[in-house]
Amino acid sequence: MADIPSTAAAPALPFSLWRKRMWFHAGTAALFLGGWIMVFPFVWLVSSSLKPTDEVFDADFSLIPRTFAGWENYTKVLFEQPYLIFLMNSFIVCAGILVVQLLTAVPAAYALAKLKFRGSTILFGAVLAGITIPINVTSIPIYVGIVRVGLLDTYVAMMFPFFISVFAIFLFRQFFKTFPDSIIQAARVDGFTEIEIILRLIVPSAVPAIAAFSVFSFVAHWNDLYWPLIVVTSQDKMTATLSMLQYQSAFDNDYGGAFAAATVITAPMVVAFLFARRLFIRGITMTGVKG
Amino acid sequence: MATTAAARAQARLAYGLVAPATCLLLLIYVLPIAVVIAMSFTDYTLVSDYYEFVGFENYSKMLEEEAFRNALWNTFIYAAFLMPLAFGLGLVIAIAIQERQQFRSILEVLYFLPVTATLTAMALVWAALMDSRQGVLNGTLELVGIPGLNWLGSEGLVLFSLAIISLWALVGFNMVLFLAGLTAIPKSLYDAAAVDGADGAVDKFLRVTWPMLGPTAMFVAVTNSITAFKIFDTVAVLTQGGPNRASEVYLYLAYLEGFEYFNMGYSAALSLVFLVIIFAFALLQALVIDRKVHY
Amino acid sequence: MAELTLTDIRKSFGETDVLKGISLHIADGEFVSLVGQSGCGKSTLLRIIAGLDAPDAGEIRIDGAAVTELPPKMRNIAMVFQDYALYPHMSVAENLAMPLIMARLSLGARLPLMRFVSPKHKAARPGILADVERVARQLRIDHLLDRRPAQLSGGQRQRVALGRALVRDPKLFLMDEPLSNLDAKLRVQVRKDIAELHATSGLTFVYVTHDQTEAMTMSNRVALMQGGAFLQVGTPNALYTQPEKLDVARFIGSPEINVLPGEITDGRVHLAGRALDLSASAMGPVQIGLRPEALAVADAPGLIFPAELDREHLTELPFKKRLLEDLGPEIVLHGHFAQYPEVDIRIRAQKSSRFRHDGPLMNRVDLHVLIDPDTLLVFDATGARLATTTLNRQIEGVA
Repeated sequence: MADIPSTAAAPALPFSLWRKRMWFHAGTAALFLGGWIMVFPFVWLVSSSLKPTDEVFDADFSLIPRTFAGWENYTKVLFEQPYLIFLMNSFIVCAGILVVQLLTAVPAAYALAKLKFRGSTILFGAVLAGITIPINVTSIPIYVGIVRVGLLDTYVAMMFPFFISVFAIFLFRQFFKTFPDSIIQAARVDGFTEIEIILRLIVPSAVPAIAAFSVFSFVAHWNDLYWPLIVVTSQDKMTATLSMLQYQSAFDNDYGGAFAAATVITAPMVVAFLFARRLFIRGITMTGVKG
Repeated sequence: MATTAAARAQARLAYGLVAPATCLLLLIYVLPIAVVIAMSFTDYTLVSDYYEFVGFENYSKMLEEEAFRNALWNTFIYAAFLMPLAFGLGLVIAIAIQERQQFRSILEVLYFLPVTATLTAMALVWAALMDSRQGVLNGTLELVGIPGLNWLGSEGLVLFSLAIISLWALVGFNMVLFLAGLTAIPKSLYDAAAVDGADGAVDKFLRVTWPMLGPTAMFVAVTNSITAFKIFDTVAVLTQGGPNRASEVYLYLAYLEGFEYFNMGYSAALSLVFLVIIFAFALLQALVIDRKVHY
Repeated sequence: MAELTLTDIRKSFGETDVLKGISLHIADGEFVSLVGQSGCGKSTLLRIIAGLDAPDAGEIRIDGAAVTELPPKMRNIAMVFQDYALYPHMSVAENLAMPLIMARLSLGARLPLMRFVSPKHKAARPGILADVERVARQLRIDHLLDRRPAQLSGGQRQRVALGRALVRDPKLFLMDEPLSNLDAKLRVQVRKDIAELHATSGLTFVYVTHDQTEAMTMSNRVALMQGGAFLQVGTPNALYTQPEKLDVARFIGSPEINVLPGEITDGRVHLAGRALDLSASAMGPVQIGLRPEALAVADAPGLIFPAELDREHLTELPFKKRLLEDLGPEIVLHGHFAQYPEVDIRIRAQKSSRFRHDGPLMNRVDLHVLIDPDTLLVFDATGARLATTTLNRQIEGVA
């Protein structure tokens, strides 16, 4: 801790101190080199999306395109190909999921945290057990059910398994638990109804947790490939993530266009992250399990 | 009497509040799990409505079938390569950043960026970087005199290549968790250690950092194993299990059996085994979290 | 056994000068407190002495040897931290052994699991255990050796922290607000323990605190700091009776010193328009400091009249009482002089056996308070103390 170099250039440093500083600077350089490796795929992606197809895999690679084809690539992706629709589909699905998750989780979490009712232990136990069950386990029966009711390839089918987030119920319940009972009792004495207590006291106090969960939910479902792959069968309902799979299987040798599309799909989450860095880091690392 | 009336009113309200969540919980978790269990004892396929109970046949099939062993083994090799690296690099980077607070923001952004990015899209980039003939990766290797590798196309290498992509996407995630753990270590412990004589990097790490980070480390290790076990996206986009099933991982096999071959009964059995493994990890995690706090 | 010499220590964090050239000599076996409000630089100075922070300029010598560039472990010091900084994952015994392991074993021999393998580790082990037990017995924590810090009370943690500092025979004992996390009763107890430890060990102590009572009760000398510099360094008595600045007088002493505006004209100090029997060479407005116990209530049944007050020189001023606090053996009166209604005055007086709660003092509002010029502290407008001499009224009367 004491080895942070001071700006004052002290003459004739002891050798050990000098060596320590060299290591420190070498470490800093290594960190930034690592950082460059981390962002290189993004830089390469953007660079390639601006190149004509024959230049993408050119033998002598350069980050700056020799022929600028960005305009053609992006107009093609945005206006001739249905990528805007794919983005829109992703957005509708993520937003729909989030709204229903919040509407179901917040009241349930409040009841579990602050109200006494028979069955609450069983319900909470079910919530805890549910946290460990990923969609991959329940996908078959849910898929069969959706096929039976004829909802395959609809927005409802794309959203349905995620309408309830047991993790959100758990998270909000823990958060509401810490809300002082005395304030709730004071509000009851002041004549608040229970609904008003939730809307005007509990929800505002939980804004940080709700915001973090919203980021978590949105990012997770934006990046999800597994479920759309199962229930989407037409171009109309294709999500942004799923469209990448299509690109890979039917690689039409339009590399510049492919990477322009990939850029368009990656951009929303990356840009949002850059604008709300803290919130994203908190939201995404919240569960501990990535993806 | 007034209190019981109030209690009854509170309970009524509570049932109203939990009703939507409970209905969905039944529809999305309880019922499907029951159906999966039932289905795993049948030869149900989506193609025909006729099915029979086959007892434990699906499970015994697993033990016999080469594909199951192959998928389990592939997942294991992939995880065995990914997890130590993601853990070690995440820890080293976090410690290095913690000692360089002036660069913390920018480094955090650089390392966390891959975590937010859509892996499906970035997988295309990685495929291009790892291209055996024209990729940047082989170009760099050849520059220093190492012959290029067929990253995603060779049976022996494909799992490691997939692990490298996952490593890229996971390191920043672990780093953030470790950074949070490091920040929670009181600064005065390092001062006390320095006075006691533990001021070298090795002693500081072994005497203070590592023991104080223990709970975080266990959390990272356990949750990483779950993450590793759930690998699906990159396989689906890049290799589809190939070449020659060398990258057919567990979830991809379950997906193929269920949604490509429509062997729903068998796939249900595969899913349940998957759930048992995840449950074991979760149990481990719960036990660890319990003895987390020192003070 | 060590003496410590600081020469012109300077330190700044960015734009702020935290230490502005500190010089101090501490003799072998001395107990010196660094006192001041938070942000005065006292903790930074202690960390620089310990070697946890490096000074921008200046020199530190321990026993004559320059240690400015040396890391903490090579200075042979011990330090007790405000939060004790006990290693939460180690037992009390392991905490106590830590400095010994670091000092007596090489890096290779102290790696994990080496205690089962390394012959050097095995050879050093009995000595370390013996030293740990010796210190534990000395501090009466030998029954706690297997516990973790989380299982200890505040006072026990405090003693483990002392033990960890004591165990390897340091030359210099540094303490950073070690009592601030204890409750009031325990604080008095531990204060006594530390004073005894100092007396029996004969070690040199440097003690940082914001609490003047702690500093006054334990120290040989007190160094009062403000804004990165010493206001005054001296014995507790010197700081109390001979403060060089008004800030010193204000900081030391509880209840706080009373300060009234006064004036010097014709070589005499004037208070409330009255000439006191006190002469000074300066001219103009001054600030007059009156210790709460230097004021006496005239004609107050139930209070002991301070013996050292010289009845010959006293000046009497009318006083309005507002509140009486009974502290047991003594009382504190709150109120104001009739001439200075805006200045709150505190008077401390010993109770006599005749003190009654329904006595006349309780009901009276208008009192007369006597001021002894001998106990006054006179400061000029900048806060520096002025030299004064008490006049001999009889001689003046003759002249």
